[in-house]
Amino acid sequence: MAITIKEVEYIARLANLEFSPEEKERFTHQLSQIIDYMGQLQQLDTEGVEPTSHIIPVSNVFREDRVRPSLPREESIKNAPDKGEGFVKVPKFLET
Amino acid sequence: MELYTLDIKGLHELIKSGEVSCYEVCRAVAERIQSVEDKVGAYNTLLLEQALEHARQIDQQISQGGEVGYLTGIPMAIKDNICTSGVPTTCSSRILANFVPPYDATVIERLKAEGMVLLGKTNLDEFAMGSSTENSAFKLTHNPWSLEHIPGGSSGGSASAVAADEAVAALGSDTGGSIRQPAACCGVVGLKPTYGRVSRYGLVAFASSLDQIGTITKTVHDAAVLLRVISGKDACDSTSVDQPVPDYLAELEKSLGKPKVGIPREYFAEGLHPEVKERLQDALSTMEKLGAEVVEVSLPHTELAIGTYYLVATAEASSNLARYDGVRYGYRAQQYESLKEMYVNSRSQGFGAEVKRRIMLGTYALSAGYYDAYYLKALKVRTLLKRDFDAAFKDVELICTPTMPTPPFRLGEKIDDPLEMYLSDIYTVTVNLAGLPALSLPCGFTESHLPIGLQIIAPPFEEGRIFRLAHAYEQEAGHFRTRPPL
Repeated sequence: MAITIKEVEYIARLANLEFSPEEKERFTHQLSQIIDYMGQLQQLDTEGVEPTSHIIPVSNVFREDRVRPSLPREESIKNAPDKGEGFVKVPKFLET
Repeated sequence: MELYTLDIKGLHELIKSGEVSCYEVCRAVAERIQSVEDKVGAYNTLLLEQALEHARQIDQQISQGGEVGYLTGIPMAIKDNICTSGVPTTCSSRILANFVPPYDATVIERLKAEGMVLLGKTNLDEFAMGSSTENSAFKLTHNPWSLEHIPGGSSGGSASAVAADEAVAALGSDTGGSIRQPAACCGVVGLKPTYGRVSRYGLVAFASSLDQIGTITKTVHDAAVLLRVISGKDACDSTSVDQPVPDYLAELEKSLGKPKVGIPREYFAEGLHPEVKERLQDALSTMEKLGAEVVEVSLPHTELAIGTYYLVATAEASSNLARYDGVRYGYRAQQYESLKEMYVNSRSQGFGAEVKRRIMLGTYALSAGYYDAYYLKALKVRTLLKRDFDAAFKDVELICTPTMPTPPFRLGEKIDDPLEMYLSDIYTVTVNLAGLPALSLPCGFTESHLPIGLQIIAPPFEEGRIFRLAHAYEQEAGHFRTRPPL
């Protein structure tokens, strides 16, 4: 197995996901199989090869910092699952 | 000839000459949808009443002297991961089931400005992650040629809608083959333009260095018409490229000449289904008859393409999909004790299995200790894959390959084996990694009448070259005249 249940649990924590014991087992098996397959990349010598993260050579793209019309506030939070008084509501997360 | 069977070209001629109204066209397609959609299952959302009303308005504008452009009154379907103002855009995910965008994607704005009539939103693999559309959280889509078979994916809804005459044309998105592979499965034409050719503003992000919006049409001609409209620089997408947009229809009508077409030797290795190989060889003979010079080329790193693609795509996906946390939009879990638990529960309940698998893979590839071995390694191999194409295109003008190693498989056949499913993308993913344009078009059928597709690849921004060869071949071979037996 390329990865263990413990690693799956650790990765799930990083990804903000939670799994049932059966799911963990299935994922450990499936992810191991896929990662094993990807291991073939290790066999290739890439010494001195530049990485390509993006195919077209653009770096920062700037525009004028001008005020333009934007979505009205109500419209922009219309899809929020919980809202009120023009704000998105979330559970309290700061101690007072 | 039923109106709903026609392509954009045929309908445009009838609308322009006044022989039929936009309303009649829309009604014909709407009736077709009503008669076959139960079997096919292409759409997540249908907007037939609005579409008919819109068509009536367009007729009124025409009667008052309004211009009739190529897309005036053409009913189209849009993949359900492209934002449409006021119309649900779900990505076939529970997490976005109730999401109604307050704005149109740039491509939608451009199509609407040309008079396109929006029929509805089509099914896909959740967040465009899959090769069969079976990863949709909502429904199964069936292949119109054989309802027991997959329509391909992830743009399976768009491809099956066009194949079943439930739309005249459609938009899809292609991150690793998601337009070309379903087009091949459904016997229609699928175009993935050059990276940067078409604005992605309003396309729900999956893997941003690979994603591209493109077209699914009945003919090559229609792909050229649509590409002209949706291409070009957009201030809202800083990765869209400021390159002049050619008149693709004029390009397509130029004479074919004697293009040098490369066949990558590595694509004919083990794993290629004999019937796919035969149909492709027939197609190459036809191309030679039309004047093409077919030569062998080599893309030596091909066997590393799937590994590279699934590392890059999942890494980017894990970061793009971090935004779904139940705060600003999308599904929020009912029960939680803390903010963190709200995130975890919303995501764990909202995402389906394949999306979770890919987020996990990507998070793994980017995590401390594995970044260099997996993610960085994949980016370096990506450079080599791109160089393979650069070298091949020094010698040939176009490259021709199968779109998919096998004919469409049966629904359910590969759903429990993710790796097996990933391997069906072997011929399409490198094109995305290298940012190239490519088109899939029908090159015949298996003995059991399932469509087979061939792929034509060009250097960046040379879509016109693809159209010329594809159009000449299509007209000569005539496969588009065969319709599914629905």
